[in-house]
Amino acid sequence: MVPSLGKDLLGLEHLTPEQIRLILDTAEPFKEVSERPIKKVPTLRGKTIVNLFFEASTRTRISFEFAEKRLSADTVNVAAQGSSVQKGESLVDTAQNLEAMRIDMVVVRHPSSGAAKFLGDRIRSNVINGGDGMHEHPTQALLDMLSIRDRVGHIDGLKVCICGDVAHSRVARSNIWGLTKLGAEVAVCGPQSLIPGAIEELGVTVFRRIEEAIEWADVLNVLRLQLERMKAGYIPSIREYYRVFGVTLERVERAPRDLVILHPGPMNRGVEIDSRVADGPHSVILHQVTNGVAVRMAVLYLLAGGQPELAEAAKGSDRGGAV
Amino acid sequence: MNPSYNETVLDTGAVADVLKRMAREIVEFAGGTDELVLVGIQRRGSDLAERLSRLIADQAGAQVPLGVMDITLYRDDLQTVGPRPVVGETRLPQQLDHKWVMIVDDVLYTGRTIRAAMDQLADFGRPARIGLAVLVDRGGRELPIQADIVGAHVDVPTGERVDVLVTELDGRDAVELVDGGKT
Repeated sequence: MVPSLGKDLLGLEHLTPEQIRLILDTAEPFKEVSERPIKKVPTLRGKTIVNLFFEASTRTRISFEFAEKRLSADTVNVAAQGSSVQKGESLVDTAQNLEAMRIDMVVVRHPSSGAAKFLGDRIRSNVINGGDGMHEHPTQALLDMLSIRDRVGHIDGLKVCICGDVAHSRVARSNIWGLTKLGAEVAVCGPQSLIPGAIEELGVTVFRRIEEAIEWADVLNVLRLQLERMKAGYIPSIREYYRVFGVTLERVERAPRDLVILHPGPMNRGVEIDSRVADGPHSVILHQVTNGVAVRMAVLYLLAGGQPELAEAAKGSDRGGAV
Repeated sequence: MNPSYNETVLDTGAVADVLKRMAREIVEFAGGTDELVLVGIQRRGSDLAERLSRLIADQAGAQVPLGVMDITLYRDDLQTVGPRPVVGETRLPQQLDHKWVMIVDDVLYTGRTIRAAMDQLADFGRPARIGLAVLVDRGGRELPIQADIVGAHVDVPTGERVDVLVTELDGRDAVELVDGGKT
């Protein structure tokens, strides 16, 4: 039985390892679609997808939009600026109004944790979480895993350290769930003020020093230091952060293994990561961006694909390539 | 309830003979091998295309470009057939313009796979001519599509299924009638 994803993709916490592998494996052939002279297949022709972004985003929104367009879906972008939109009723109102115009899927980014599930429970359209508060950002973690798998060949048994502002990071949470389900060992490293207290409960190791993390890891996923949070006094200064926790070329070169370096972007060069590392041979950062489109195509394709009860009925009539 | 049974239509030796004949006919059809390109449809069609390319190399002494194509993304029934199997690889030769492209598949049935394959080819280039070679034509067309080269015509009674087995995937070559009870 081929696993299905169900109606929505809200996060990786509740997916099975088989479902995660299905998405990664499905992304493989979609990489090639983006290399074609005509970068478009008719798979989602006639589907309408709304990208509902209540929070600023460049990379994720553009990546979803490319994925949708390369599958021939019709797309509408709705950018509702965070300050004017209240959580709760108005989110549902917006979505229900969109649904009344007969849409098929919603990609939602929202500053409140749980917003994607809230929406998914209330509308019939498929909902994809494009990042909700400090909760999850599943497609980012999936493209991170795909990029690791491309470089190393596998995820099982790898040691992956997530570095930096783990406390505020939905990317970190999705990565921790996804990677541990696929058999990787996960650690986090950062200043105490940016590491959540009970993080060990997720089965991760905590390093207080970046040197120890680099000594241990095969892969570093370097998170963006969310400079807008600087005012809250989580770290003393940017300069000190770089000196103590920055992923510098000197530190990377001292690693006992050939490190793989990821960063979800946008990068603060010279804050959490050294430019020479970001642009160097260990970095797969641009490859992550390329993979983002393929992973999102895979998710859209899998969520759009048929209802399970019809699939049961269609089974068996599809043998021998004779459809 | 009838017990399930298999009836052999072509055994291993017969499949080998049929493929040799098909290889000759493909070269005749394309007027030589200069502009010929073989494109197999995943999965068994791509195995058959590879065999045919080796046979053409033996018979005509020419290595013809070989491609594979997964037509899943061009199907017209995505709504009803999910959850989807993983999509296979598509890898086509760089240049299809002005070529004689021979699509290779195992079974020709409704014609919908071939419709999808032609749509996909059109997004990669503009061949001078597209042909179709199938190991088995089992009838039952739902679209006005026909094969140019056919290994065997098989009359499939209602409630039965024709299976093409290839060594690469199934451990042996054969064409069998199977009492599917569900087709």
